[in-house]
Amino acid sequence: MPEELKVGCARPTGGLVGEEPKKEESQEQIIKEKEGRQVVKVGKKASDFIAPAYYKGKFVNVKLSEYLGKWVLLCFYPGDFTFV
Amino acid sequence: MSIDSIFVHKMWNDYELSKMVKGGVPFPMLSDAGGKVGTLYGVYDEDAGVETRGRFIIDPDGVIQGYEILTPPVGRNVLETIRQIQAFQHVRKTKGAEATPSGWKPGKATLKPGPDLVGKVWEVWKTKEAFE
Repeated sequence: MPEELKVGCARPTGGLVGEEPKKEESQEQIIKEKEGRQVVKVGKKASDFIAPAYYKGKFVNVKLSEYLGKWVLLCFYPGDFTFV
Repeated sequence: MSIDSIFVHKMWNDYELSKMVKGGVPFPMLSDAGGKVGTLYGVYDEDAGVETRGRFIIDPDGVIQGYEILTPPVGRNVLETIRQIQAFQHVRKTKGAEATPSGWKPGKATLKPGPDLVGKVWEVWKTKEAFE
């Protein structure tokens, strides 16, 4: 019988069967990019990016550097329709 | 920003969020499928395939002034974020001549760091102000 999913705030995802359990990463390790360069640091420039977005009924492309001259609040969240 | 597509963003806004906020979400809902941006900002959880609750305050020069990252089940405090932005804006306006002590809100006293203030903070700022 398929196992009933316990629905939390993070969207459930699949994975390989019989995969080795992954070691827990510390926040510090996550903050460091793969090359070992720390990218998130207060007082340092925010990395620029372009991302598609839904904005006031339209689909748009948003480039962070286009907001230079304004205060920006960049928020990440686990997923649409999650509860918190 | 989340790993959802812009189509799902539209559905969430149109069918749920617009019922909570009149007119719907007033800012762009960004899509980061694959978590590339989230990885760059240290908020992408590869195991879960989602982004954690990261929040970055970026000033007009594109400099990160502050950030906070929470695991999914705990929501943020929006008023605290707004307070921090107001504090960073005040510091910027004074070109760093003033600093905002713990618990500062607009209208409350700031500190003017300098040789005369060394060892004298206790005279101009009281601990209870951190909790007011």
